[in-house]
Amino acid sequence: MAEPHVREFGVYGGRYVPETLIPALDELESAWATLRDDEAFHAELHGLRTNYAGRPTPLTRVERFAPDQRIYLKREDLMHTGSHKLNNALGQSLIAQRLGKRRIIAETGAGQHGVATATVCARFGLECIVYMGSEDIRRQAPNVERMKLLGAEVRPVDFGTRTLKEATSEAIRDWIANVETTYYLIGSCVGPAPYPEIVRELQRVIGREAREQFLAAEARLPEAVVACVGGGSNAIGMFYDFVPDTDVRLIGVEAAGAASLGSGRPGVLHGARSSLLADEDGQIIDAHSISAGLDYPGVGPEHAQLRDSGRAEYVACTDDEAVAAFHRLCKTEGIVPALESSHALARALDCGAELVAVCLSGRGDKDLAEVLAYAPGSPGS
Amino acid sequence: MKTLVVYLMAMPDTPALAQAAVEAGADMVELGFPFSDPLADGPVIRRAGERALAAGMRTARCLEVLAETRALVDVPLIAMTYASIFDAYGWERLTSDAQAAGATSFIVVDLPADVRPELRRVQLVAPTSTEERLRLAASSTDGWLYLVTVTGTTGARADLAPSLAPLAKRARAVTDVPLYAGFGISTADHARAAAELVDGIAVGSRAVEAAESGGAAELASLVGSLRSGLDAA
Repeated sequence: MAEPHVREFGVYGGRYVPETLIPALDELESAWATLRDDEAFHAELHGLRTNYAGRPTPLTRVERFAPDQRIYLKREDLMHTGSHKLNNALGQSLIAQRLGKRRIIAETGAGQHGVATATVCARFGLECIVYMGSEDIRRQAPNVERMKLLGAEVRPVDFGTRTLKEATSEAIRDWIANVETTYYLIGSCVGPAPYPEIVRELQRVIGREAREQFLAAEARLPEAVVACVGGGSNAIGMFYDFVPDTDVRLIGVEAAGAASLGSGRPGVLHGARSSLLADEDGQIIDAHSISAGLDYPGVGPEHAQLRDSGRAEYVACTDDEAVAAFHRLCKTEGIVPALESSHALARALDCGAELVAVCLSGRGDKDLAEVLAYAPGSPGS
Repeated sequence: MKTLVVYLMAMPDTPALAQAAVEAGADMVELGFPFSDPLADGPVIRRAGERALAAGMRTARCLEVLAETRALVDVPLIAMTYASIFDAYGWERLTSDAQAAGATSFIVVDLPADVRPELRRVQLVAPTSTEERLRLAASSTDGWLYLVTVTGTTGARADLAPSLAPLAKRARAVTDVPLYAGFGISTADHARAAAELVDGIAVGSRAVEAAESGGAAELASLVGSLRSGLDAA
């Protein structure tokens, strides 16, 4: 972890929050500055990843899914709780404990981050409150039940979009009201500094492992690395160790109805300046995606910088294409992917590269009802 | 004489409401430019913002309402909004257009004092603010310092927050600028109690509620009551 801590990623990032939160961000920044190079912290995290979470996750070649390419999946779906979100939740829960905070709040869209947070809170005996839009509670019911089983309180957010955007706003409002006792365990590489950097560093393990595993399998690097992008945490984690490998294309796949990078504009949301779905007055526009985890009008500020610099490319995938890729992976490989990850699968097939590493960010058990009820031609298709 | 600041969300009828508030004893008006994702606001102002956006109160229209308000009142007028609105319109452009429309200052709720210091504005401090943050805000604020009474979002509370007294004492120790308290102040009793501690109060959610439920008459009645509470101190 050689890079110095920064609050901005080019013209993006920063700390656009009410003054009430500034001392807590300062405290977090200071703790992080120590912990990111602290051997004991990393040893504890490594132990949890290995013995609790199940890392390293495998890299799986999918020959029947992609007979004309050499596509490998980085199997974050096989980690405990079923998605990459646990990488972040484990690390941040250790930070919270170092800060002496025993009340944890989180936002969730698909419920995967909520489940990961509820899991670490159960593991460490921390109080857990998860904000979730009522529309997402409807479409991700199994994850709501899982969070409750794990002892978390799920608070429905029943206004505005009733999805991840409003859940995040409500979590931040809770944090403003309870900042002295509460740690905000944000789920993606979004939010005010230092969160985007913390989440990236905690998710980097995905790309670090994938890079080594790909080299071991193919004796060379992939031509392209593909990951889905909602807030962008699995993508930044998958991409980051490939950034210096300038011959490797980095391809982020957004939901067509939530393409904050593909069709967004600069704006400020949830504490950071980034590329957002917003109108010309700076009002945030509602996103749409069949996948609750991508249904968010913002994106991590570092992705906006990677787009502007040209180091990463960001493409879109419709609901129809994602659902088709979902079915295809189920039938050809016996792997049920999350709808979010299915967006990356769809573009991996037609990205024009032969050697491809895809982050399979999560498993799709939570999505069965949504997929079975899906009628092609819906709004995001 | 303590200062009474009244917040109103920009709507087509806001100029007349502002005039009624000033005639009833408001010394200053904050005009809210709505934002779709107001993190610092509780339900009352959040819903007022949703109604304003539904009524088409985008930035250009808010500036017209500001100018119409300026034509009716001669007290200080403060445009209060979020960073996204400035960022989209252009920071310097919105500053100059709002000033041309009659704004005397600004409050940007999600813009901490160390960010964009070139935008002269009323700075906010909170019970969580450190001495260093209090000094920074006080040294850069435009005329007065906004003391957020609670660790929380906007909205009426049953009692004046006990955190105001220590915050006022700490702020007074580092600056001579007037200190006005806001967030959670909604009744004449709150006004009287706050007046013992600070130089003025800002009332938002309760004013928005009064204007919504009973128009200018109910707003004027609330302002009159707050005025007498302040003056009784």
